[in-house]
Amino acid sequence: MKRYDLIIIGAGPSGLSAAIEAGKRGMSVIVFDENERPGGQLFKQIHKFFGSKEHKAKIRGFVIGQQLLDEASKAGVEVKLSATVVGIYPDREVVVKIGDGVEHYKGDAIIVATGAAENMVTFDGWTLPGVIGAGAAQTMMNLHGVKPGKRVLMLGSGNVGLVVSFQLMQAGCEVVALVDAAPRVGGYGVHAAKVARTGVPFYLSHTIVKAEGTNHVTGVTIAEVDSHFQFIPGTEKHFDVDTICLAVGLSPMSQLLKMAGCQMDNSGKGGGQIPVVDESGATSVPGIYAVGDVAGIEEASSAMIEGRMAGIKAAEYLGFEEVKTGDEEFDKEVKALDELRQGMFAPSNRGKVIEKTEEGIPISENLLKHGFVADDEIERFPGVTHKVGIHPVMECTQNIPCNPCQDACSKHCIHIGSHITALPAVEADKDCINCGMCVASCSGQAIFLVDEDTGNGHAEVTIPYEFLPLPKEGDTGKGLSRSGQIICDAKVVRVRTSKAFDHTALVTIEVPQDMAMKARFYKAV
Amino acid sequence: MRIDRSKDLGPCLPKEGDDRIICRCEEVTQGEIRQAVHDGLFTLAEVRRYLRCGMGLCQGQTCGKLVARIMASELGVPVSEIAPASSRSPMRPIEMATWAEEKEGGAE
Repeated sequence: MKRYDLIIIGAGPSGLSAAIEAGKRGMSVIVFDENERPGGQLFKQIHKFFGSKEHKAKIRGFVIGQQLLDEASKAGVEVKLSATVVGIYPDREVVVKIGDGVEHYKGDAIIVATGAAENMVTFDGWTLPGVIGAGAAQTMMNLHGVKPGKRVLMLGSGNVGLVVSFQLMQAGCEVVALVDAAPRVGGYGVHAAKVARTGVPFYLSHTIVKAEGTNHVTGVTIAEVDSHFQFIPGTEKHFDVDTICLAVGLSPMSQLLKMAGCQMDNSGKGGGQIPVVDESGATSVPGIYAVGDVAGIEEASSAMIEGRMAGIKAAEYLGFEEVKTGDEEFDKEVKALDELRQGMFAPSNRGKVIEKTEEGIPISENLLKHGFVADDEIERFPGVTHKVGIHPVMECTQNIPCNPCQDACSKHCIHIGSHITALPAVEADKDCINCGMCVASCSGQAIFLVDEDTGNGHAEVTIPYEFLPLPKEGDTGKGLSRSGQIICDAKVVRVRTSKAFDHTALVTIEVPQDMAMKARFYKAV
Repeated sequence: MRIDRSKDLGPCLPKEGDDRIICRCEEVTQGEIRQAVHDGLFTLAEVRRYLRCGMGLCQGQTCGKLVARIMASELGVPVSEIAPASSRSPMRPIEMATWAEEKEGGAE
């Protein structure tokens, strides 16, 4: 039987992060993953991540995946792909299906980082081809370059539903509606806003009645639900679609841990059955750790930190690390994780209705119900100010742990401060030089550069743009409001791309002066 | 957890969606699952053995929660009170030929 100091199951963000820490400390580490490619969900994530510099903010997910793989390889970690762990037996014996055979390995410690699987909901026709998970849509588009469909309805307004809706449009699909049975948008407001401004209607308190079609999906009917999630008769709406995408949550894939004899928690708070773990991810079985989504659904940034913590602790457990040094490093990670779990969307706030920001500003009700901030709500946020000449307008209205914009501005126009969830504010006495770095740095695509009066009754608005083909200078089209309605004519006066913008193009449109604070998207006609 | 087997569930009346497939791998419907509960099967493990739902390709990863929810609603208890199915090797479907091809020690 082949032995390793540490066996890690799952080569996603948490598993790889754990492997790097353990490898750096001199442990022999092998990572098994059942997929053909490593990285878990990271290589499907083409958007820029939130967080701080330490959390790899504003870096696109697939780039983070590559960075982790490079670091793991430098740390001497062995990553074995198409290797499915089918069982964990007493004394940390791991049975792995590799190729057409079954092999036995033994680890002095095991870290389980198997992640999660997508939830489904049932409705008439839910087994028809064309009803797919949002993760499946991402796999098709972002790994295999296949368009999942032409016209898509998305069910689920959490971050997955919002992000995948945007990606579907980037891939050239039409998203006809974003639907959620909940009365409020579940994901980040900025993710919702960037979908809404392209013209996708949001139907909150709605869900799917049935998928239509005989051999595959040809349409879908949704209807409004009451507070007990019962359909309200007469509220049905029909859409012609060929794809229905479900983004209705994740379930931890925790069976291996249960099989290993770890104490489990079935209360449902982690999204399903999860192991009982301490701060370092240690389960009730000595030497077995669980990190990332398998230990409770969160997201990739916290999964990476959890992985590092378990890597450090596993090294300590086996004597590869002085307890004192390990503790110092560990405490750093505890702090980073704590920082990430702050704000409106913190795990401790799950299920609560937050009415005011930390600054005491009422949350935009329209954002939660329709996916965009209304014109009469936007002015109350500290990122939205007026001055003569060009200036940043930051439509960031919820407390989320994210601060790259602050460092992006070399002129210090943007202030967040040391509290990472604070809303960005414009420093009135600092002058914007129109470099565009803040626009490109905002993972939520919520920063615009506005010159409210360029003369002749016009204004200019610079928007982040991540669709192809890019508009060209001189093109004329329409200006869209935050809700995605056509509100004015727009002329493209400048299109900027740069390596520093990392594939976010900056499109400057000229619009009528009274549209300066309203036009937020450009549509070619 | 002790299971109250004497619970009177009343008759199993037809319900909307009874012919809807819940376990796609083994093609088990909502109606069959509801009937199984009325037949006295109160845990996921029991329903699994009775109907084979959760025994197919996905090993219940997709339908496990759905089946538990239907059972909970039939029994009038929170989903967390439905005892989850046991976990045992092999965790993923595996061909008997592969299973038999056991190698002594991790191959070099």
